[in-house]
Amino acid sequence: MTEQLHQITVTVNGVARRADAPARRLLADFLRMDLGLTGTHLGCEHGVCGACTVLMDGVPVRACLIFAVSADGHAITTVEGCCDSGGELGPVQQAFQECHGLQCGFCTPGFITTITAYLEENPKPTEEEAREAIGGNLCRCTGYQNIVAAVLRAAEILRERDADQAGAGGAA
Amino acid sequence: MSDKLVGQPLVRKEDPRLLRGDGRYLDDLGRGALAAAFVRSPVAHARIADIDVTDALDVEGLVAVYTHEDLPGRVAEPLPLLIPHPDLSHPRTPYCLAKDEVNHVGEAVVMVVATDRYLAEDAAERIVVTYEDLPPVVGIDQARAAQRLVHDEVPGNIAARSVQTNGKGDARGAIAAAPHRLSLDLQIERSASMPMEGKGVLAHWDADDRTLRVHTSTQTSTSVRLAVAAKLELPPDRVEVITPDVGGGFGVKIVHPWPEEILVPWAAMTLGRDVKWVEDRREHFISSAHERGQQQHVEAGFDGSGRLLGLSVEIWHDNGAYVPYGIIVPIVTSTQLLGPYKVGAYRVEFTSLYTNTVIVTPYRGAGRPQGVFAMERTMDAIAEYLGLDRLAVREANLIQPEEMPYDQGLVFQDGRPLIYDSGDYPTMLRMIRELVGWDGFEAERAAAAAEGRRIGIGIGAYVEGTGMGPYEGAHVKVETTGEIVVSTGLTTQGQGHYTSLAQIAADVLGVGVGDVTVITGDTRRFKYAVGTFASRAIVTSGNAVAVAAGKVAEKAKRIAAAALGGGTAPEDLELVDGTVRRRDDPAASIDLRTVAVLSNPLRYAFDEAAKAATQFAAAVGTGDEPGLEATGYYMPERSTFAAGAHGVVVETDPETADIRILRYCVVHDCGVVVNPRIVEGQVHGGVAQGVGGALYERIVYDDAGQLVNASYMDFLIPFATEVPHIQTAHMVTASGVNPLGLKGAGEAGVIPTSAAVASAIEDAEGLAVRRMPISPSELYELRKLHETRKSRKEQVSA
Ligand code: FES
Ligand code: FES
Repeated sequence: MTEQLHQITVTVNGVARRADAPARRLLADFLRMDLGLTGTHLGCEHGVCGACTVLMDGVPVRACLIFAVSADGHAITTVEGCCDSGGELGPVQQAFQECHGLQCGFCTPGFITTITAYLEENPKPTEEEAREAIGGNLCRCTGYQNIVAAVLRAAEILRERDADQAGAGGAA
Repeated sequence: MSDKLVGQPLVRKEDPRLLRGDGRYLDDLGRGALAAAFVRSPVAHARIADIDVTDALDVEGLVAVYTHEDLPGRVAEPLPLLIPHPDLSHPRTPYCLAKDEVNHVGEAVVMVVATDRYLAEDAAERIVVTYEDLPPVVGIDQARAAQRLVHDEVPGNIAARSVQTNGKGDARGAIAAAPHRLSLDLQIERSASMPMEGKGVLAHWDADDRTLRVHTSTQTSTSVRLAVAAKLELPPDRVEVITPDVGGGFGVKIVHPWPEEILVPWAAMTLGRDVKWVEDRREHFISSAHERGQQQHVEAGFDGSGRLLGLSVEIWHDNGAYVPYGIIVPIVTSTQLLGPYKVGAYRVEFTSLYTNTVIVTPYRGAGRPQGVFAMERTMDAIAEYLGLDRLAVREANLIQPEEMPYDQGLVFQDGRPLIYDSGDYPTMLRMIRELVGWDGFEAERAAAAAEGRRIGIGIGAYVEGTGMGPYEGAHVKVETTGEIVVSTGLTTQGQGHYTSLAQIAADVLGVGVGDVTVITGDTRRFKYAVGTFASRAIVTSGNAVAVAAGKVAEKAKRIAAAALGGGTAPEDLELVDGTVRRRDDPAASIDLRTVAVLSNPLRYAFDEAAKAATQFAAAVGTGDEPGLEATGYYMPERSTFAAGAHGVVVETDPETADIRILRYCVVHDCGVVVNPRIVEGQVHGGVAQGVGGALYERIVYDDAGQLVNASYMDFLIPFATEVPHIQTAHMVTASGVNPLGLKGAGEAGVIPTSAAVASAIEDAEGLAVRRMPISPSELYELRKLHETRKSRKEQVSA
């Protein structure tokens, strides 16, 4: 009973990656086991907790519910890819630190990816909308208060950065 | 110094790593290790007739299959009883792999090791175990009835029966003699810690060195080390246990050794290969631990102002199939039940009962939510009976600040007298009254009623014993680079110890928090520790860090005084901004890192600090030890007592019985606060778990002992949309028992939530809530029952 392997090519955080894996390998396991990207966490393996959320072509998906073979040819963003280019904390990550949006940090990668995608869609959420935006991710530590605050703060940081860039562009 | 770091809401040092995805949780380690999976019992109570592994053997990648018969020596014996107690008359603990009999769904029967987890599960699926069913005992009613037994040799299913009184006379007599009396029957259902990361173990056997290295997602690495050494019959010195980043604990990971913590290292030694096991979510539900399930009967006698003259409480506690962690939970319920109140004569009796369900061990709060539920329901019932304001009845019973320290006359979970060290409960109630808007609530209720809405207000207060001993320790070292390394044996699961312990050390050593690196839960770095549970970490470890850092500061002054010469005495010096300098002449100073170099009699000029040090002749004195480092311990005489009060406003839908929290307020006193940001976060997280326990979360077993909601789809942990906005207010009554004045904060948020929410629902609905959690359909049923009773009463009186 040797399992047949499939070659899988995905662009992960902007880098083309290739590995062989059996058809039943979950995308989350593929990222973690085959590509060594352990930032994506598994909290339930049945699609409820959202800890495993990654972006597939920019859209949040649960990596515990997708086979790696189905991601072949797609672009994946994981929490590791939510940093700034210099490896500094990205806007959502920075907001989480400022607002104390994490405790054990196990659920956090799924929140970071979810919120990153959400703010693309809605750059200026209200508190109510921020709460809704994270309404599909479980956190057992924080009671969510500071995660909601982090969504709002991340939006603010993004706006500040945009303004800085516009300012810099204008001056040039 | 006015610019003390203790007390400041610093952002956490550990965050950037965790935020980038660079955390190192158990499953992130050991790439390439063999994977273990378990065949677990699908039935609640049965004899094992046969185990047939034939079909599994041709799964490619299979490495080994083990049943109980394969286990050698002490690995084959039952797991230890961690906390014996004289009242625990019939302790039963499980085997690592079931021997002859299974006692709950999920009990491990066979271990499979394969080259990866997929294959290990393939093999596990093909193993056929034949069971001869025995009748299961499920739920407290069946356990009490004792028509069936979980363990043949345990009569009445009774693991323990225990009685305590507070030494203020005969409670039953006091109740009988009291002007007023009432009784209540209460019930709390099962829940569970449910950290987002389950358990997991990785073991590496170094055959050359004869050393075993175990990584485990635990709340106590030092104790796991001793347990593994004992079970595997290795000298403790050959075993290292390391706790990596832990994705939450909330109590369940204090239990040790879990069967897997013995089996995985044993397999690694036997196979000479790294072996890893990572629990999946279903395994966590059916084979870890639960808590909360209790029935209670309360008898209260009181006077016309609601003062409790006598209180008698009987508790029936469901301890599951085994009691490896002893009977801590019902002991805590019995002793913490009194909360901020002084009662006349108190008698409490608990019976801890076996059932064919998963073991019951502390979950955040550890028996306190049940105790507070009993006491606060009693307070509300007295108010209702006498027609008094619910807060007024509480106020009538409060311990006053001038009565501190207050001896409750009981023996606490640590075996020491239950003496509250400090607290100001009248102020606490005054604060919650204001915060939740108690006095203006009748107007609010009327306004809501005018719109056809039904709202109610409730309150819950508690006292929490925290920071218990026997000890914690720390090692503090100043490197010649100026980096301060603080090592403590206790573990961390998200409480921010890397930051708060750094704040304490940095203050003592006069450095910045960025100069301090904290290492936790690694027995290679610090071997003596108890663990992170019972809201004890910051109290015990925090004070230990202060002691160790204080010793380092003294040593730094001794060395610097000698180096500065000119008659400088250590007392003339202070540690400021990374230097040791004269108080009267700040220009006379040496960098702390240079002092670190001087502390080593053998030093070569490897780095700049060493070169700089060559200008000073003096070094560590004869009779002193090399190295600018020290070990310190803090051994509390007894626990310190934190307290708080929660106030909540709920709205109940008159049609659908939907329950919504409109306002949630917390007044919280954990003594001196090291990092307000972190403490606030702990409170938030606790309240969210409390709200879960009040309205959503329950572990449901059917009559056959099947856990029917063993997934996040069916066990309803609140999402952000279910947790209300939480308003907090803090007060500080410093602890009287430890030098830093600290009290624990980890569990506080969860303790009075069910009590407060029940109180608010009662208030909105005008009916008695005696069981938590409560769902809309249960409230709906309660309403119907209430109506029927009312109309019956009306008929009788007509
Ligand atoms: S692990 Fe994928 S949703 Fe929980
Ligand atoms: S921070 Fe621990 S689960 Fe969210």
